[in-house]
Amino acid sequence: MITHLLSAADLDRSTATLVLDTATEMATVAGREVKKLPTLRGRTVVNLFYEDSTRTRTSFEVAAKRLSADVINFSAKGSSVSKGESLKDTALTLQAMGADAVVIRHSASGAPHRLARWVDGSVVNAGDGTHEHPTQALLDAYTMRSRLGTLEGLRVAIVGDVLHSRVARSNVLLLATLGAKVTLVSPPTLLPVGVGAWPCAVSYDLDAVLGDVDVVMMLRVQRERMNDSYFPSAREYARRYGLDVARAARLPEHAIVMHPGPMNRGMEIAPEVADSARATIVEQVANGVSVRMAVLYLLLGGKS
Amino acid sequence: MTAPPAGLPEGRPDHDAANRLKSTEAADPGNHRPILTGSDLARITARIAHQILEKTRGATDTVLLGIPTRGVPLAARLADRIAAFEGVQVPVGTLDVTLYRDDLRLQRTRAVGPTDLPPGGIDGKRVILADDVLFSGRTVRAALDALNDLGRPSQVQLAVLVDRGHRQLPIRADYVGKNLPTSLAESVRVLLREVDGADAVLLAGPSEDTAPAAGGERR
Repeated sequence: MITHLLSAADLDRSTATLVLDTATEMATVAGREVKKLPTLRGRTVVNLFYEDSTRTRTSFEVAAKRLSADVINFSAKGSSVSKGESLKDTALTLQAMGADAVVIRHSASGAPHRLARWVDGSVVNAGDGTHEHPTQALLDAYTMRSRLGTLEGLRVAIVGDVLHSRVARSNVLLLATLGAKVTLVSPPTLLPVGVGAWPCAVSYDLDAVLGDVDVVMMLRVQRERMNDSYFPSAREYARRYGLDVARAARLPEHAIVMHPGPMNRGMEIAPEVADSARATIVEQVANGVSVRMAVLYLLLGGKS
Repeated sequence: MTAPPAGLPEGRPDHDAANRLKSTEAADPGNHRPILTGSDLARITARIAHQILEKTRGATDTVLLGIPTRGVPLAARLADRIAAFEGVQVPVGTLDVTLYRDDLRLQRTRAVGPTDLPPGGIDGKRVILADDVLFSGRTVRAALDALNDLGRPSQVQLAVLVDRGHRQLPIRADYVGKNLPTSLAESVRVLLREVDGADAVLLAGPSEDTAPAAGGERR
């Protein structure tokens, strides 16, 4: 088993499958009266969040608590970081306090990789800049597998702002490992340099792809990272790349609609589609807890 | 009879040991002394089923829970015998104790197995835990903790195929297939058709495996 989870590419096929299988067992805990396992009793998990986040931080917190680990929430606001403390000094402080695992979200791509060299415990990447978000990819894969039965040969379209999306990159890497066929659909301006080397297909035309997919994953348009004019107007983007009611109607009967949240309703996804039965958005949140329990167990459960 | 084929996750210590055993068995059959044969096991299972019926007065309000890996087929076999003898259908389930073990930090990460409770649950029921070998008692302790989180049985009993002694905790079995005095250097291996393709109980001498770490769960 791996020591850190920094990138979806750290997971080979058998390890990724082990995480998903373990998550299936962890999910049964959510249905019990006592939603608690003694497995990580006495272990400390630090949530080190340099960027705002509700669902990911809460999800990791719930996951760690269900496994009986102690959780320390550390957000950059109101900490020594606002007094100018560096990432390394913060890391050493946490190290001195005896953190067994550090879950980090940072606006700089690669911050978790740096951190992994400074601390003894396991580091889990909970989103670094526009780079990766491996646990999101795992929970997305878990959701697809539980809804559609298998990942092998599954046709997945990932639509929208790929350039700024850590979710897209992690999903492409993990889904390719697990045997799914991914197509990125995006305006040319929102595709990263070098996307040709990714293990996936690329298209600029959403309508051409829609009729032939099992999963369509809509990405959030990340306004906070838009420092340039990537498309003429929000309205034009929604017209060409938004999943509206008419487009959703052309999806195959069994196809599911995913979104990592938070959603811009009316922009990349129409409210009617987001609330429809084929949307898995709330399910993804619930699955997130199970998958993160599995990750924490597999990283911390054995001999360190 | 439903014999859930116990899934063997990769890297599970049990599984590795079993594979190792099978390969060396072919090469050196003298190293593993057969203690019980398939027909012995069939008689023992039948006897335990009778004892359960006797002690529980007809196995009413009773649930059989197998502890993976080999407790699962054992529970199914006991339920099958009980049904054959008195026509009572005892609900069967699976109880994985991995997440409740006290030796998790002593070994590399173990794969988590399935836990499946029968539809009626275990509240107010008599739960009979089934496992292949009773050794240190630590697996059973973990099982008792797991049960505590899953519900409130009216009573918990324990059925094992082999009791090899060397308890590290104050735990005893209610139904024992065979009491097998062993030395700590020996290891007991139960083979069941559903998992291993054959029924047998073997005793391996000290030369086979390296000595276990203190408190390690070796059988």
